[in-house]
Amino acid sequence: MPESDILQAGTPADSKAVASLYFDTTAPLLDVQELRVDFQTKEGVAHAVNGVSFTLEAGRTLGILGESGCGKSVTAQAIMGILDSPPARVVGGKVLLSGVDLLTLNEDARRQIRANRIGMVFQDALSALNPVFTVGWQLGELFRKHRDFSRKQAKQEAVRLLDLVGIPAAGQRVDDFPHQFSGGMRQRVMIAMALALDPNVIIADEPTTALDVTVQAQIMKLLADLQAERNMGLILITHDIGVVADVADDICVMYAGREVEKADVYAIYDSPAHPYTQALLESIPRVDMKGQQLASIQGLPPNLTSMPSGCAFHPRCRFARERCREDTPPLYTVTPGRLSACHFFQEVLDS
Amino acid sequence: MGRYAVRRLLQFIPVLIGTLFLLHYLTTLSFQFNGNPVRALFGDRQPPPETIAALTRAFGLDDPCLSQPGNPCVGMFVERVGGYLRGDFGVDFNLQPVTDLITRAAPVTLRLTLLAIVFESVVGILAGVIAGLRKERFADNLVRISTVLVISVPIFVVGVLTQIIFGLYIGNWVRDRTESETMEAIFSISYQSDHPWASLIIPSMVLGATSLGIIARMTRTELIESLRSDYVRTARAKGLKPTRIVGIHALRNCLIPVVTLIGIDIGGLMAGALITEGIFNIPGIGGLVFRSVRTGETPIIMAVVPLLVLVYLIASLLVDLLYAVLDPRIRYE
Ligand SMILES: Nc1ncnc2c1ncn2[C@@H]1O[C@H](COP(=O)(O)OP(=O)(O)O)[C@@H](O)[C@H]1O
Ligand code: SF4
Ligand SMILES: [Mg+2]
Repeated sequence: MPESDILQAGTPADSKAVASLYFDTTAPLLDVQELRVDFQTKEGVAHAVNGVSFTLEAGRTLGILGESGCGKSVTAQAIMGILDSPPARVVGGKVLLSGVDLLTLNEDARRQIRANRIGMVFQDALSALNPVFTVGWQLGELFRKHRDFSRKQAKQEAVRLLDLVGIPAAGQRVDDFPHQFSGGMRQRVMIAMALALDPNVIIADEPTTALDVTVQAQIMKLLADLQAERNMGLILITHDIGVVADVADDICVMYAGREVEKADVYAIYDSPAHPYTQALLESIPRVDMKGQQLASIQGLPPNLTSMPSGCAFHPRCRFARERCREDTPPLYTVTPGRLSACHFFQEVLDS
Repeated sequence: MGRYAVRRLLQFIPVLIGTLFLLHYLTTLSFQFNGNPVRALFGDRQPPPETIAALTRAFGLDDPCLSQPGNPCVGMFVERVGGYLRGDFGVDFNLQPVTDLITRAAPVTLRLTLLAIVFESVVGILAGVIAGLRKERFADNLVRISTVLVISVPIFVVGVLTQIIFGLYIGNWVRDRTESETMEAIFSISYQSDHPWASLIIPSMVLGATSLGIIARMTRTELIESLRSDYVRTARAKGLKPTRIVGIHALRNCLIPVVTLIGIDIGGLMAGALITEGIFNIPGIGGLVFRSVRTGETPIIMAVVPLLVLVYLIASLLVDLLYAVLDPRIRYE
């Protein structure tokens, strides 16, 4: 029998939509199956996410890796249900949160899942925070709208959260506006916001990309600490393989809307089983910015409206043969729990 | 911000003195080249020289510098500004104090402008929001087409059309069916002192029409932009209701430029008010200016124009201060 696991203390009056759901605590925390997202564009239909699957357990960190434009953010926003449609359309798959398929829920229930169960940290906190409201107001809003707190209580919660994410003099900073914070502090505010309602999952989409290197490390440590403390599931999206090395448990590498390799972090760093992963690893320190080429491989990710035949990576692959142009590689099982979408994974492993 | 406001207020003084002097010099030149305006009052008739001399003295136009072309008549100017400071704005050609004329006309213009601002803001923002939310659908196209119309058709054409449509056709229809005096005043399409607000409603719509179109378009553009922004995406990720996302998070940001636009537009509204008052026969500042320009009654022009400049200055100061209130990123030192 699945156990009913209703919202945490302070269940708001309007959460009936969610309270009636049965969250099965024995099911994986977040199980994404064959997710597909299309974009209707002028040039045609772009398959931005093309059958992505992964599982996230409580207390684990999953790193999603790939160059700009590989569909990482679209995947995250499809899970959250905050894609603009049109042009985006989720055309297939399941997003199971403790056994409940979020894609089948009505909009009201979906809305209650956001922030309450899945929190999100965005890349550029300066534009992601509303410029005209104080950070205290923006944090407190979550408590006022989801928990029916009074303004005063909500502000107390905001101070508590700012303190929790390590913002000095939280009591005074709570009345400051986003532009009055430094980049690192702003990202801490963003994390506090994702954390506010004690979600089970946090998705961090390139949380450190806009920051300088020392601050990056502090933010990653903060995220990792909070995640361990609260036994949350954390999805860490990045194009920088160096960023996730210390924090992630599992890695999922994406290319052109598909996963091309999935494995635990040690296996990947030890010996990648896909040429794309190998190229990413060789190009540490930095794979930055859209349009910039990887140090070790030529070219750019393909145009999603006219994908190459066969293996989408073949125009850039140093292992490519005739077969790669025709056969789309399935996800081969390399070792149990380790997958690679390359016909010649063995060769890549050995190289 | 207090010190900023004081500094801006102090800047008003040179602007006002400059305006006054410019006006003074222009009218002085016109007297010097065209001759004594008092003579023109009598048209073709030839009054006795004593009458003209007495009137000239009464209007303060007996200074000998007025017969020296090019002389700026600084003495007259100082005397005039001194009078203004004492609250003495002179008399018109009927020997009525200019202050009386202004205090009678100004409230009418003020009411007209106020109604226009309320009308253009409320309807303009509402139409813009609807268009922005229904982008490229029927309501949006309707708003876009009608705003192009009201923006491109000149105000006097709108005014005359309104007179015909509302005053005549709809007006007659209404008058046949109602006993209400207020309703009749609304559709009378002329100013009635018994109904100082109601009879100004339709003229204020004419006055506000152009700005309404601009406000609606700007609100639409800003809202569409804002709905695409990162902070709206964050608001959605926070699980807020759509009404709150649009009404609080998006709209609050859109209103910064829109409110600024409404404030800046006050200057344009004043110019439009003069035309509207002409069309609908409204005894406001516009009527006063019209009359004094035609008859060359300098005391009235000299008092009204700086007054309009002052209103404009105050409005733009308020806009700048409001801007800082609405957008916390703006700070004045
Ligand atoms: N609003 C949009 N309209 C059209 N296409 C989009 C839009 N957003 C994303 N895409 C498509 O989805 C692809 C993946 O984008 P994204 O998930 O943001 O990549 P990333 O991996 O860098 O996060 C893009 O290359 C683009 O083709
Ligand atoms: S399938 Fe072929 S082209 Fe694709 S990654 Fe493997 S070797 Fe390269
Ligand atoms: Mg991205």
